[in-house]
Amino acid sequence: MASITASRGTGRQPAAATAPRPRPKQQQRRGIWFWCYVFMLPAAVLGALFTFYPMVMSWVISFMDWNGFTAHGTFIGLANYRELIGDSMFWQAFGRSMIFMVVGTPIRVVLSLLVAIALNSQIVRCRPAIRTFFFLPVITTAAVVGVVMSFVLGSYQGPVNTLLMALHLTDSPIEFLADPRTAIWSVVGVQIWKNFGMTMIYWLAALQTVPAELYDAARVDGASRIAVLRHITVPLLLPFALVIIVLTAKENLHAFALVQSMTAGGPFFSTQVIEVYIYQTAFAAGETGGQPRLGYASAAGCFFGVVTLVIAVFQLYAVKRVNDLRGQLGKGRAA
Amino acid sequence: MTLITGVLLLICAVWIYPFLWNLSASVKSPAEVFDGLNPFPSVVRLDNYVRAWTDGWMGRYFLNTVFITFFSIVISVTVTALIGYVLGRYAFPGKKVVIALFAVSVFMPEGYTIIPSFDLIHTLHLDNSLWGITLAEAGGAHVVAVLLFAGFFRQLPGELEEVARVDGAGFLRIFARIYLPLAKPVTATAIILQFMASWNSFLLPLVLTLSRPDLRTLAVGIYSFQGEHQTDFGAMAAASAIALIPIVVVFLVLQRYFVESVAGAMKG
Repeated sequence: MASITASRGTGRQPAAATAPRPRPKQQQRRGIWFWCYVFMLPAAVLGALFTFYPMVMSWVISFMDWNGFTAHGTFIGLANYRELIGDSMFWQAFGRSMIFMVVGTPIRVVLSLLVAIALNSQIVRCRPAIRTFFFLPVITTAAVVGVVMSFVLGSYQGPVNTLLMALHLTDSPIEFLADPRTAIWSVVGVQIWKNFGMTMIYWLAALQTVPAELYDAARVDGASRIAVLRHITVPLLLPFALVIIVLTAKENLHAFALVQSMTAGGPFFSTQVIEVYIYQTAFAAGETGGQPRLGYASAAGCFFGVVTLVIAVFQLYAVKRVNDLRGQLGKGRAA
Repeated sequence: MTLITGVLLLICAVWIYPFLWNLSASVKSPAEVFDGLNPFPSVVRLDNYVRAWTDGWMGRYFLNTVFITFFSIVISVTVTALIGYVLGRYAFPGKKVVIALFAVSVFMPEGYTIIPSFDLIHTLHLDNSLWGITLAEAGGAHVVAVLLFAGFFRQLPGELEEVARVDGAGFLRIFARIYLPLAKPVTATAIILQFMASWNSFLLPLVLTLSRPDLRTLAVGIYSFQGEHQTDFGAMAAASAIALIPIVVVFLVLQRYFVESVAGAMKG
C-alpha cells in the first residue's frame, strides 16, 4: 500500500547531499492518515448505528412476522410482500400519496415560480418582507401546524368558515376535515401552503444564476418584458425546472407529521397516506387498533422506499443533465 | 406596478393568518376564541399560557426539546465538520470506500428505519432518557452538511497548513486553530439544518416516547395534548405558540442562513 503511494515531486534528479530522505516523509504521511481515521471515527460509529444498521435491518425485518413483544420475529420469507400486493388498504394509501404528489407538485412548482419571478424583478416593493412571509410556514413544526390547522379549518365557527360565511360564499359551514370527500383535498391544500416557500426559494436560487448582463443587453435592445421572460428567463431556468420538480415531488411523499396531527388518517381512512398507514400498522395506532405488525409495516416501508429511490435516481439523472447543459452554456459564454 | 406589490402583500396577509389567529386565540378566554375574525383581542390574558405550561406539561416538553436540539446540534455538527475536513483536504487509503458508503446511504431504499432504530435504542437501554432521542436525531445521514464542509475545506489554500507545519503545529492544532475558524459560514448553515430537523422532528420522538410521556418533545406533546384536552382551545393555542415562537424568532434573526441552507440543499 505504502509503496504505491510514493511521494510526488521527487523526480529522478541527481541526488544532492540535501535531498530529503524518504523516511520522515513517509512517517509524516502515516501520521496524517492516522489522524484522518481518527477524524472519521465518530461519523463511522454514529452512521453505523443510526443510519446503516436501520437501513439494512428494515429490509431484514420486512421478511419477518413480528409484533415487537418478542425479542425477534419469525422468518416468513416473502409472505409479507405477497400479502401486501393483495392488500387494498395499502394500495389505497399508496394512491393517496400519489394524489399528494401528482396534485401538489405542479401547483407548487408553477405558482411559486410566478412569485419568485415577481420577487426577482425590480418592480415589486417590500421584496424581503414578502419572501419572509412566504417562507415562514416552511420552518415551522409540521406536527404543531397540523394541530393549529385542524382548528383553523374546524367546521364549527372556525375562522375560515366564519370568513366564507361573512362573505356569503357559503351559507352553511364547510366540513373541511370531517367529510371524507373533502378531507384529502384540505390536507393537500395545507401541505401546499406549508411548503410553498421552499419551492419558491429553489426558484429564487435558480433565477440568481441568470447573468444580469443578459437582462441589460435585452433592455438595450428594447425587448419587452414578455420577450425577456420568453427568450431569456424560461430557457435558462429549464434545466433547473427538472430538479425542482423532482425535489418537490419527493417532498410531497413525506407528509406524515402534518397528516397524522391534522386528521390521523381519518375520517374513515380518507386521508391515510402511505406513511400514516405504515405508522399505524407498525404501532397499532390506527382507527382499527389490533396487533402491531412490525414486519408487515417494514415490508410496506421497503416497497415505498424503492418508489422514492426511483424518484431519487431520476433526480440524479436530472442534475447530471443540468450540469451538462451548464457546461455547454459556460463554453458558449467563454467563446 | 404597485398593483403586483399590493396583491402579493394581500396574499401574504392570508398566508400568515393561521399563525396570527393562533396567537390571538392563545390570549383569549375560551368564550372569545371563536367570536370573530379580528386577530387583535381587546384584553390580553396569559392564563392560557400558565395552564399549558404547568397542567399541560409544556414546560417539561419545552426543556426536553431544548435539550435534544442543543445536544444533537453539538454532536452532528462536530461529527460532520471532522469528517468533512479530512474528506475535503486529504487523500488516504480507503477514501473511496468512505465516499461509496455515503453514496449508498443516499441511494439505498430507506425502508422504514424507525422500526429498527426503535428496537436498537431499546437494546442499547437508551430509551429511558433523552439521550436515545438525541443520538438518533444526531445520527441520521447528514450528507448535505458533510458535502458543504468538504467542499468548503477543499477550496481553502493548502499553504496555510504548510506554513503552520514549519512552525511545528500538528494535525489537530492546524484544524482547530486555522481551518475550523475560517469555516464559520458553513458551520452556521450546518447548525441551522440540524436545528430545523431536531426542533421540528415528529415521528422519531413520537415512537420513542410511546411508553415514556415525560420524555415528550413539544411537537409530540401538542399532538397528545390535542387528544387529551380537546375542548380547551385557549390552552391548546398557547401550547402551539410555545412550540412555534422559538423557531420563528430564530428564523427571523438568522434568515439569511436559513435561505442559504435550503438553497444549498438543492445544490447538494
